[in-house]
Amino acid sequence: RGALGSWRSVSAVQITRDYSLGVLPDGVDRNSEAFSRNSKDMGLLISDLQSHIQKVLAGGGPGAVKRNKSRNKLLPRERIDRLLDPGASFLELSQLAGHELYEDTLPSGGIITGIGPVHGRLCMFVANDPTVKGGTYYPITVKKHLRAQEIAARCKLPCVYLVDSGGAFLPKQAEVFPDRENFGRIFYNQALMSAEGIPQIALVLGSCTAGGAYIPAMADESVMVKGNGTIFLAGPPLVKAATGEDVSAEDLGGASVHCKTSGVSDYFAQDELHGLTLGRNIIKNLHMAGKQGLKSELRSISSEYKEPLFDVKELRSIAPTDHKQQFDIRSVIARIVDGSEFDEFKKLYGTTLVTGFARIFGQPVGIIGNNGILFNESALKGAHFIELCTQRNIPLVFLQNITGFMVGSRSEANGIAKSGAKMVMAVSCAKVPKVTIIIGGSFGAGNYAMCGRAYSPDFMFLWPNAKISVMGGAQAAGVLAQIERSNKKKQGIEWDKEEEEKFKAKVVEAYEKEGNSYYSTARLWDDGIIDPADTRKVIGLSIAATMNRDPEETKFGVFRM
Amino acid sequence: LPVRPFSDSPQRIEKILIANRGEIACRIMRTAKRLGIQTVAVFSDADRHSLHVKSADEAVRIGPAPARLSYLDASSILDAAVRTGAQAIHPGYGFLSESSDFAQLCEDKGLTFIGPPASAIRDMGDKSASKRIMGAAGVPLVPGYHGKDQDIDLMKIEADKIGYPILIKPTHGGGGKGMRIVQSPDEFVEAFLGAQREAAASFGVNTILLEKYITQPRHIEVQIFGDKHGNVLHLYERDCSVQRRHQKIIEEAPAPNVSNDFRSHLGQAAVSAAKAVSYHSAGTVEFIVDTVSGQFYFMEMNTRLQVEHPVTEMIVGQDLVEWQIRVANGEHLPISQSQVPLSGHAFEARIYAENVPKGFLPATGVLHHYQHAPVSPSVRVETGVEQGDSVSMHYDPMIAKLVVWGENRAVALVKLKDCLTKFQVAGVPTNISFLSKLANHREFENGNVETHFIEHFKDDLFVNPSNLEVMNTVLGAARFVAKLAAACLIEKENSVFREILPGSNNTISIWYSSPPFRVNHCARHTVELEWENEYDSSGSRLLTYSITYKSDGSYLIETEEDISPPLEVKATCVGDHDFRVEADGVIMDVSLAVYSKDQTKHIHLWHGSHHHHYRQKLGLELSDEDETEHRPSFDRSSHPPGTVVAPMAGLVVKVLIKDATKVEEGQPILVLEAMKMEHAVKAPSAGYVRGLHLAAGQQVSDGSVLFSIKEE
Repeated sequence: RGALGSWRSVSAVQITRDYSLGVLPDGVDRNSEAFSRNSKDMGLLISDLQSHIQKVLAGGGPGAVKRNKSRNKLLPRERIDRLLDPGASFLELSQLAGHELYEDTLPSGGIITGIGPVHGRLCMFVANDPTVKGGTYYPITVKKHLRAQEIAARCKLPCVYLVDSGGAFLPKQAEVFPDRENFGRIFYNQALMSAEGIPQIALVLGSCTAGGAYIPAMADESVMVKGNGTIFLAGPPLVKAATGEDVSAEDLGGASVHCKTSGVSDYFAQDELHGLTLGRNIIKNLHMAGKQGLKSELRSISSEYKEPLFDVKELRSIAPTDHKQQFDIRSVIARIVDGSEFDEFKKLYGTTLVTGFARIFGQPVGIIGNNGILFNESALKGAHFIELCTQRNIPLVFLQNITGFMVGSRSEANGIAKSGAKMVMAVSCAKVPKVTIIIGGSFGAGNYAMCGRAYSPDFMFLWPNAKISVMGGAQAAGVLAQIERSNKKKQGIEWDKEEEEKFKAKVVEAYEKEGNSYYSTARLWDDGIIDPADTRKVIGLSIAATMNRDPEETKFGVFRM
Repeated sequence: LPVRPFSDSPQRIEKILIANRGEIACRIMRTAKRLGIQTVAVFSDADRHSLHVKSADEAVRIGPAPARLSYLDASSILDAAVRTGAQAIHPGYGFLSESSDFAQLCEDKGLTFIGPPASAIRDMGDKSASKRIMGAAGVPLVPGYHGKDQDIDLMKIEADKIGYPILIKPTHGGGGKGMRIVQSPDEFVEAFLGAQREAAASFGVNTILLEKYITQPRHIEVQIFGDKHGNVLHLYERDCSVQRRHQKIIEEAPAPNVSNDFRSHLGQAAVSAAKAVSYHSAGTVEFIVDTVSGQFYFMEMNTRLQVEHPVTEMIVGQDLVEWQIRVANGEHLPISQSQVPLSGHAFEARIYAENVPKGFLPATGVLHHYQHAPVSPSVRVETGVEQGDSVSMHYDPMIAKLVVWGENRAVALVKLKDCLTKFQVAGVPTNISFLSKLANHREFENGNVETHFIEHFKDDLFVNPSNLEVMNTVLGAARFVAKLAAACLIEKENSVFREILPGSNNTISIWYSSPPFRVNHCARHTVELEWENEYDSSGSRLLTYSITYKSDGSYLIETEEDISPPLEVKATCVGDHDFRVEADGVIMDVSLAVYSKDQTKHIHLWHGSHHHHYRQKLGLELSDEDETEHRPSFDRSSHPPGTVVAPMAGLVVKVLIKDATKVEEGQPILVLEAMKMEHAVKAPSAGYVRGLHLAAGQQVSDGSVLFSIKEE
């Protein structure tokens, strides 16, 4: 089957002696009960996801959208579409940021971020949504803006800010303004990126008040749209109050003032479409030939690649929503990598961790996936494989489905902590591009070893069934109940069985809620929830986005031997 | 066919100069090349890059664009022939083709004029002389009275003799002034006196002539051919009745609904006419046929190769240009009258750049897209232009002639209709859809043609923009086609962009996979097309579509403007302009042409017999307002309006205007020099200069008041 598939696909010359080596089997029984149950359960999760997405795509509601249109303004995603090359893809990040986070609904956290190409150059877009609370910055809005800048800084992506914002959301100023990772960090990042030669471009398509005024002011180049775009530190009401001067918004900080007199902006746009076209033009004129792609020439990327032999849509039917059920990670890998070809490393050793080399859209990758609890051997194998990839500058893809490291006296005596530490050290120090996808559970130290959020993967996405917590709800309830019982015993109180069960249920419920993928994505503990069927695509785009930066040399710390 | 051996003549033509342009020049060159004869083109400045110049072995510039300074300039053309060593000149049609002087000049210079003798051209060029000669030769003429005696009673008797209805016409003038159609004897006197009065008032001469009025005339002409040895034959007739603005647009051969008897009578009459003027080479004798009585009358003789000669070529299987060259070489006609075959039926449709709804007004412009029907042994396309060429105001706006042949009229007509739908022109309006309507008209299908055909059936042939029902059908079609156009446009744009990607390395190319990727939703965008209503420019309409990229590569097209359900369209590029489109379960061919002109993107889509034109605004025309936004301003808010201050510290080097002078906006007032650069200070608005007291050599400081402009 694999052989036929490789003949059918257009590919680089296949040498007969390498023929069909490493082609993964299907690994899926479509007639099994598990398959139909999984696909039904995942189907529900996906339709749930899509209904949430449809809601956020509508922005701040029909009234606000209509008002926006009446001012000849497009919605933020439409603005980005107009900036992108025709027919280009857009990797949007954290679409469900702010989901059920505040009393007010805050679709997409009031800001749209993502990556897409303009004149063949990948850019990071940061677009305020003026239909959501006037585009003001809630704490999560700031966090999402900073995350986009973080990715841009690491991937050396020019930043395009589509500014249309009332500035900080004042009632929450304490969570927006003062701290290190707060509003001020936006401009700090702009300054540092500009210093590094990462272009910072602002398109002022709406208001840009107070702190927001620094976004175009700090930009390398900025465009302002006549009539809609305004930049001022204080708006007309505040000016009136402070100085008694009576002045209109356009006269105070309109495009004409800033393009002609103040010099705060560089390009004068007649209307929004003109402004967006000017934006495309600025990107076109960025001459970065000397800064990019020098080393990427050397990377062994084949321009032609094979599709996986098996339907990527079947990824919707492989992972169970019940994390106690096991499944073979290879059936997932077979639906992600080119030609389903996976050259497995140390296949017979430490079998609960699957490691190996493959290509995704022609780009070589090292894949690390879980096939059960991490044992000593699996952790050592993982550390070894990560070292290999860093030596060869191969990007790493982590497919997380991990309940944790093996516990128990034998395991501890064998130095599981030491082995785990080796893998955590390797993951932390690896300077190659890293992409993490949580396709099931992500519990405890397993999350660390498998490049959880704290390990700064370049991109991290969740499947809708993902669960993230320090341990499983039941285990946590057991531990907490034990402590509670001994506390009560000290006080001489007897805890009855019913009370204990109630206590445990509460803990389990809290873990269920907080471990949920929506809870995570709302707080930006990841870069978004994706449809499992899009996994190959999202990994491919993510890795492609990291290809702007030059390879860095990895230096590891002290491995405890 | 048995062919007579050629008689050798001492000097054979080896190089021909074609004193013409466009399709006929190209057509003549094709035959010349086949015969191994070298070709020389002549061209005006407007035609330097045109097809007839490219097709020739040599080409000579003969003057500027206006025809009277180039293609009508006999001495330049003769000079070109002498310079290139051509032995013969083919005049084509139009221009100098019927100038007896030119024919004579050729003979005088020792050049062979490929055409009739100068004397025949002269005789036939004079309308009354030609009628006299024809009358004498026994060729039937329209009954009439052309006498000097204008006595009203005599005229009445003549009129009764001719029979009613009768046409009363002043001998001088034109434009229909003074013309009267008299239906019965009792109306005659009053109409006659009226015509006389009007003629006297308009032309100063009140002589009147009488002619039989033919109510339903047909225009039938006979192709004749003669050699220099006195042989003349005819190659059957052509029907050229369907005309607009007295110009033929569809011709056919042989004439439909005509008996063989009539045909041979007509042919014989034409041969007699030619013999009467010792004709040789190609000529056409035009007759007017009274469809009521079945009588035919001589109208005029055209002493040249006609535009519509290919329909005759198709039914007799001969190359008339080759015949012309042979005859010019002094050969005998290759076949005799009885050997002239008559096979099948042929049509010619003339494709013009013209504005049909505006009374067929000639149009000019660039052929941004031009694709003609595919040619085959039974389909000829005679064209003198290529895509990218201009149809200029200087010459005839004909783009091409479409000639089709079939075993019979019905077969040929099916082909004609099909080929018309495959003729694509964008950039200038054309009569293609009008020709289609004509060809599809039931009376045309029945062969019931007559000179007033278009006038007669105008309600069927023209779209009436005030007819709401018709316009709604047109708009409905435009809307459907717009959806196809939107899909093809996106498909094309995306694929073109993928191809021109910088670097085109793999890491970037995956961002352009089709359909474009979006996280958890489908990519969508809005396409706005302004439909150009060709029948009513005020009826153009902005159509807005929301397009969703489906995962299978098709497009879901929705609109809020009408109640039509969303349409799923899959478009596959199969050529530069051609697409295979699937919409609503039907797969079809469409063609798309896109070009930009004046900040506007023009989109044309052909689908079956439909051709629709849409526009998209490209960018912005910078308004005056914008210019004032960009103009450096010298007046500062601290000064009254109109005050002009020094933009920099500098030296006054020139003062151009005296104080109190009236100036225009933007007029330079004085020149400052600073940092070795001169800088003109201009009037910010129109008005009077006030307070200008500076002189050359004076130093001014930055921001000091120079003068002010006051409106008074």
